[in-house]
Order: sequence, then structure tokens, then C-alpha cells
Amino acid sequence: MFLTFVTFLPLAGALVLALFPKKEESAIKQFALAVAVADFLLSLVFYAKFDTGTHAMQFAQSIPWIQAWGISYHVGMDGISLLLYIMTTFLTAVAILASWNVKKHIKEYMMAMLALSTGMLGVFIALDFFLFYVFWELQLVPMYVIIGVWGGPRRVYAAVKFFLYTAVGSLLMLVAIIVIYFLNFSETGVYTTDILYITEHLNIPLDTQKWLFMAFFMAFAIKVPMFPFHTWLPDAHMEAPTAGSVILAGVLLKMGTYGFLRFNLPLFPHASNEFIPFIAILSIIGIIYGALVSLVQEDLKKLVAYSSVSHLGFVMLGIFAFNHYGIQGALIQNINHGLSTGALFLLVGMIYDRRHTRLIKEFGGLAKQMPKFTICFMIVALSSIGLPGMNGFVGEFLILLGIFQVNAMYAAFATSGVIFAACYILWMFQRVMFMELKNPKNQKLDDLNFRELCLLAPIILLIFWIGLYPKPFLKTFDATVAHLITQVDPNNFKPGKELERHALLEETPAQAKAGRREP
Amino acid sequence: MNSIPAPDVDLISLAPVLVLSVFGFGVLILDLFIGKNKTLLVYISLVGLLVTVVSTFAKQGLPAYSFSCGYVVDNLSVFFTVIFCFSSALTLLLSDNYNRREGIKTGEYYSLVLFCTVGMILLASANNLIMVFLGIEIVSICLYVLAGIRRDNLASNEAALKYFLLGAFATGFLLYGMSLMYGSAGSTNLQKIAAAAAATDNGLNAFMILGVVLFIIGFGFKVASVPFHMWAPDVYHGAPTPITAFMAVGPKAAAFAAFFRVFITAVPDLTSSWSLLISIIAVLSMTIGNLGAIMQTNIKRLLAYSSVSHAGYILIALVAKNSMSTASLLFYMLSYAFVIFGAFGIVIILGRRGNENLEIKNYAGLAYKHPVLALSMAVFMLSLGGLPPFAGFVAKFYIFSAALSEGHVLLVVIAVLNSVVSFYYYLKVIVYMYMQEAQDEFQPTLAPLSLLVVGIAVLGTVLLGVLPGPVIDLAQIATLI
Repeated sequence: MFLTFVTFLPLAGALVLALFPKKEESAIKQFALAVAVADFLLSLVFYAKFDTGTHAMQFAQSIPWIQAWGISYHVGMDGISLLLYIMTTFLTAVAILASWNVKKHIKEYMMAMLALSTGMLGVFIALDFFLFYVFWELQLVPMYVIIGVWGGPRRVYAAVKFFLYTAVGSLLMLVAIIVIYFLNFSETGVYTTDILYITEHLNIPLDTQKWLFMAFFMAFAIKVPMFPFHTWLPDAHMEAPTAGSVILAGVLLKMGTYGFLRFNLPLFPHASNEFIPFIAILSIIGIIYGALVSLVQEDLKKLVAYSSVSHLGFVMLGIFAFNHYGIQGALIQNINHGLSTGALFLLVGMIYDRRHTRLIKEFGGLAKQMPKFTICFMIVALSSIGLPGMNGFVGEFLILLGIFQVNAMYAAFATSGVIFAACYILWMFQRVMFMELKNPKNQKLDDLNFRELCLLAPIILLIFWIGLYPKPFLKTFDATVAHLITQVDPNNFKPGKELERHALLEETPAQAKAGRREP
Repeated sequence: MNSIPAPDVDLISLAPVLVLSVFGFGVLILDLFIGKNKTLLVYISLVGLLVTVVSTFAKQGLPAYSFSCGYVVDNLSVFFTVIFCFSSALTLLLSDNYNRREGIKTGEYYSLVLFCTVGMILLASANNLIMVFLGIEIVSICLYVLAGIRRDNLASNEAALKYFLLGAFATGFLLYGMSLMYGSAGSTNLQKIAAAAAATDNGLNAFMILGVVLFIIGFGFKVASVPFHMWAPDVYHGAPTPITAFMAVGPKAAAFAAFFRVFITAVPDLTSSWSLLISIIAVLSMTIGNLGAIMQTNIKRLLAYSSVSHAGYILIALVAKNSMSTASLLFYMLSYAFVIFGAFGIVIILGRRGNENLEIKNYAGLAYKHPVLALSMAVFMLSLGGLPPFAGFVAKFYIFSAALSEGHVLLVVIAVLNSVVSFYYYLKVIVYMYMQEAQDEFQPTLAPLSLLVVGIAVLGTVLLGVLPGPVIDLAQIATLI
């Protein structure tokens, strides 16, 4: 019940916001921020009460929804969702505070932000396929509107591209969901879309697993985004307003990696094992390609956007290591990327607000003019490249450790991504912050104000906290990851049942149908 | 000499048709005695539709057969009758203001809508090819007139003439198909045709198959499916907007009702022959409808092409051909009724006398002048595209489920890819409303009755999307023939 309340609180806030008069801009902003901060504080209760000793769903709630189809409103949290959930409420509050300078249609903007928050939170807690799909699409519209209305010059193009890319993947996933629904019925005789029930009871033959895996893969790989489905991301980031980019990088991309962990691995363990090389190679291409493309970007925001492709490649690689280190690293790296890249987008937004350009060549020597900005930027940039003592190191180290145990070759290639990351970040940092302050436009820039420091301070605190003492974070997913690993362990597949099911699959569809019709 | 047997007529089960006909004639006569203001006719017609719906539930113990099993009232036809009356009522509500604005002063308009509804009820209840034909003709003739009722408008005239000529042509195909089926089976009764088709060697009877194919052509025209859709954009564009909405929902649902009944009752054994043909028509309708819609700049034409593609989605249900697919058809038609009337309601509200504002670019910046109207339109567009949590999503989910339960994976994958294409043009409307600055000042006609329709439509679209349970239960009951 409490989980539902916290999840829907932002949406309720958005509806209340609709009643505000348009002119009351500061009241609108303050109210939206109050809702988001309250939601964040409430979400911390889950962390406090979370039982790290079990992989079972906690704070669960289940209400029948569409009984004719066995669909229920079923939500709950485990180690995979907990931190992502809290990060979502956190970044929503940050994003709203970062939007203080939005000029036009502030009311609609804040409503979209809050509605977006509910959609994202719902994705991380939905335990019913139908419900999951509803939330998955629910967050699409506000984000589309945020990019399309408050974005840059090519905003409409970017927004529509974002929407259509996501829609392709998610609709294929919908087909797979319905197929699973009927497979489950033919095997267990129960019409249900409950994710936990299906994960536990349904044992899908390998051939079918592969197809279904691919359908889910399309939805999540586009969202992550994995190479070669990443092309919407730079466009979306380039055009999105700062807060939109923060949410996009911080939370929306994580929905993809979350999807792999929640669906692909437990539902299609056999296919997941089969597809390890495929995913690993795409991830490595993503890591190296993303880094190389970042290296040559002239635009700060585009550089950060492409670096996401590279970072998310690490996360994917960690997940498909299928061992404790790898998955744990991937999970913590999810959070790290949300914090570091979110902060980078904030910083880029701050400099854009002052100069109305993001081209690297326009800058240089900012360190003298804006010392606070430079220090913050440096901390965040170093965290992004994984300097020991900061959060990025913990995540990348665990991932590389995990993948090294599986395949040293993958680890070797992936490590090169870390080196490239240092190159593009440090080179960019050098060109923007150091050298001579030549450009006269840069000589009158103001340093960070109080609001901007408030935005960055908690993120920087977390960067060091995770970097120096990651245990409180890592322990939340111990039990869940251990359970997940047993689920994808080939030794735990049921070979007998597998064969039996192969025979069933060799029936012609008509026979299978006839069999299903008979009581 | 044998006495002529009186036909077995169950008057109570016929009550809806009788009540509605009486009201239709009543409105026609009353029109002579009232002046230029026809609002009274709207209210009387609405009362007629209400009485019809009530009388629909008068009959207990369904199914009830009349006219030598030529007319059947069962749960399916009751559900459809409710949809028809509902869509006709919304049409009338939209028409009142529209007709006053556009100077349509003919009182026949309202009785034609009622008569058309009678024809639709006949279609949904037809258990005999002759009854199907009667229903189709009543519906079509009313629509030919309604499409051209704006006599002084060139587009309206074009629409009526085009619809009439092509419609007559299609009816010819339909009739030819029926006569071949009759010739092959020796009866026009659907059950007897089924028995005759089963009796001949595996149903492989050339005349029967030819008849079925011609029948599909005729019906394909009536539901505006590709390649028989050419009339739709022009007719939808030229007809008065409330009638466009009406055509997109009521008569289309009626044609599908008859389509389903004939194919599932009369020729179930010929499945292999016709389901491939219908799959092809479905794929073509979805694809060409969606591709056509992308290019449109006029909202009515856009919705016309979108309606072609929706006919394709519905045909998937016919291919699936089980009880789930029939229920999904019912759910789809109901949710489609809400969405389409809502969308056309907005189109009507945004128009003005002498300037209907039908270009999508006229909607630029609407969201910041009339946020509620724009939000409603956005809801309708997203629902048409099939986005949760709106009715359109549940409806598509239902149809896709029905098709996948029969293993039509490829068909469903094509359908979902088409949905992605369709998002492009539905989003285009939202892009104009939300992401463009207003170009010219315009004053919408905020008539209470039209706003009521939009309100009902938004409510229905959201409720059917969020809490579809009760309606799904009803639809499932309705398919227990």
C-alpha cells in the first residue's frame, strides 16, 4: 500500500498542479519541488525497512485488476529495484530543481516531470506483465513531450525519433508477452500475467526461448541503448532540456538494463546463456565505439551522450557475466552512471545557461573564471572515468573482475574502454577548463550560485560515499543477485523437462491448438 | 390448396427495430410541423434511441428466432444494438450544433440517422443472406443521402455521388456472391448453408468458394478495407463531420457484425480458403491505411486513412476466429466508438461557420489556448495508436491476444509494426498542438452538446483503458451464442 502511495504521489501532485493558475509560476515550481522531495524522503523508508537477507519481493501488494484475463495490479521490490527506485525519486527532485529557469509553459513542464516520475517508478516495481507494459509506455509520453516542447531547435525530430524507437521495441515485447501468456496457460492451465508466477512455473523450450529473448532484447537494447540501436540517444540528448537529459541518462536508460535483469535472465535462462557472446560483443563494440565517438565530439552534451553508450556497454557486460561480481558491479554501475552522467548533464546545462553554446572550442580557461564550477566538474568527470575512491571505480572494477572470470578476452577489450574514457574526458576537461582564457565572452561568467551548488552537493557526496564505502549499497542486492545467478546457472536447468517440451514443440501448430482446446 | 403459413414472428425480440422505425417515421412527420429550429427532432430521436436500448433488454431467453430463422436476437446482436444506438446518439448530439452552424436545415437528416440505425440492427441480427442484404441496403441508402446532405457544398456532393456509385457496384458483387452461395447450398439460411457446405466433398465447392470471395469483396468495400478503400478518404472528407464519425463507427461495426456472423456460422469449413484471403486484406489495409495517413494534411482525411488501417486490425480478429476474437471485436468497436466520436467531436468544436479548420496545421499551439481540448485530442490520438492506459491499447491487446492464441504470430508482428507507423501520424497531431506556436487566432465553437460528447468520449476512453474488466466480461457473455 505504501509502495503504491509513494509511486503515485508524483502523479497526484501533477493532477493537483493542474488546478494552479498559470501565472503563479513560483508557487508551481515550489509545489512541484516539494512533491518530488517528499517523494524522495518517503522512498528512503524502503531502504530503511528493506530486508537484505532475502530475494523475495518486499512491500508487495496485489489487487485483481482485469480478472477475466488474470491480470492483477501486483507491485513489489527486491534488491534489483530498490536502489533504482530511490535513485528515480532522487533524480526527479534534482531534475525539478534544475529546471528553475525554464521559461515557457512552466506548469505543463512540471506536470510532465511529475507524471514521468510515476511512470518510471512503476516500471521498477511492476510484477505483472500487463502492468509493467502500461508503466513502460506511460513514461514514454511525458518524456516525448519534455523533449518536444522544451527542447532545442531539432526537438520535434528528436522527440518523434525517441518515441518511435522505443515503440518498436516495446510493441515487439508486447507480442512476446502475449505469447508467454498463452504458453503459460498451456503449461500450467492458469491464465495469468503475474511475472513471479510465470518465472517460477514456466519452463520454455530453448527454440521458443530464443525468439522470446530476442523480442525482449529489442525492447531493452533500444532503451539501454546498445550498439547498433543507440542512434536515437544522441539526438534525444542534444535536444532535450537539461533536466530531461538528466532523467533520460539517469533513469530511462536503466529501465533497459533493469529489463534484462528482471525478464531476460530469469525467464529465458537457457537462451541467455546461448546469447552471451552475442551480447558481450555488442557491449564491447558499444564500449569502444561510444568512447571513440565521444573523443571527437565538438559539443559537450553530445560527448556526454556518447559516453553513456560506452558506460552502458559496461553495465550490459557485467550483467552477462552471470556471476556475483559482474551483476553486482552492473547494478552499482547503474547507480553510478545515473549520478555521474546526470551531474555531467547538469554541469553542461549550467554552462549552457550562461553562454548559450556547448561547443568545446568556445571555451578554455574557465578554471580561472569559475573555480567552484571547475572543481565540481573535475570531481564528476573523474568519477565518470572511474578514479579509485570514487563511485565509478567500484562499479567498473567489479564488472571487470566478473567478466575476467568468464572470458579474459572480453575483459581485455572492455578495459581499453576505461582508457579511452580517460582520454576523452580529460582532453575535454583540458580544453574547457585550462589553457588561456581567450574568448572575451567567457571573461564575465558568474560562478555557480547557491541553487546550483545545492543541486551538485548531494550528488558529489554520493560519489564519494559509494567510492569509499560501497557496502551499504552493495549489500542491498546480495541476496537477489545470488538468487538470479542460480536461476541462470546451466546446472539448474531441468534437462528432463526440456526434452519433453521439445517433443511438444514438434507438434504442428494445429495439433497443439487442438490439444489446447480440449479440456 | 395449402393455407399460407404465418411467419413465426417474435414481436418482443423485434421490438428495437419496430420502436426505432416508429420514431424514425414520427420524426419525419413531425419535421413538417415545426419551424426552422430542428433541435426538438434531436431530442425526440435521442428518446427513440433510449427506448430502443431499453426494449433491447425486454426479451428474456435468448436466442430468439423470427422469420423462419432469418432474424436472430442473441447476446451478440444485443451488444451490437447497444453500440449502434450509442453511436447514433453521439452522432445526433454532435449534429445539432454542427447543422445549425453549417446551415443544414433538413429535418430528414435525423430520421435518416434513425433508419440507418434500424438497418444496422438488422445486419447484426441477420441469420439469412436476404436479411443481410436488406440490412446493407437500408444502411447504405441512408448513408448515400446523409453524405450528400449539404446540397450546396461541392465536396459533399462529390462524396455522395462517389459513395453511391462505388457502393452500388460493391452491392452488385455482394449480391452475386450471395446468389452463388444460394445456388450452391440451396438455401439462404446461414445454418443450412453451413450444412450444405459440409455435405459436399470437404466443402470444396467451386461455386461456394467463388460466392464467398465475391462476398468478401462486397463486405471489404463496406468496411473500407484495402483494396476496396478508395472511396473512404473522399467520402469521409466530403460528408458532414458528424456523419463521417457515424460512418466510421456505426455502419462499420454493423458490417463487421454481419461479416463475422456469416463467416463463422455459414462457411466455417472453408476456413483454409478464406482466412488467407482475409489475412492478406488485413495486412494490406493496415499497411496502406497507415502509409496513406502519413501523407495527409487534413484531419478528416487522416482519420479516414486511419479508419482503413483499423479495419485491418479488426480483420485480424476475423482471421483468428474463436470466441475470444469475437469478444475482442465487440470490445474494439466499443472503444473505437468512444475514441472516434471524441476525435471528430474535437474537429467539430474547432471549426467555425465558413471555416472548418480542417488542416492539421490549424491546430498549432492549441495546447496553450485550450488546454483541455488539446489534452482530450491527445488522449484520442494516443488511444488510436494503442498506447496504455487508454481504451485503444486494451482493444489492440485483446485482438492480438485472440490472434496469438491461434498462432498467427506473423500477422500480429506485422500489426504491431504497423502500430509504430501509425504513431508517427497520430503524434503529428500532438506535435502541432503542443510543439508549434499558434499561427492564427481562432475561436472554437464551444457548444454544450458537442462538449458533452467529448466529455463522454474522454471518460469512456480512459475508463475502458484503466478498468476494462466489466466490459470484457460483458463481451465474453455476448459471444456465448
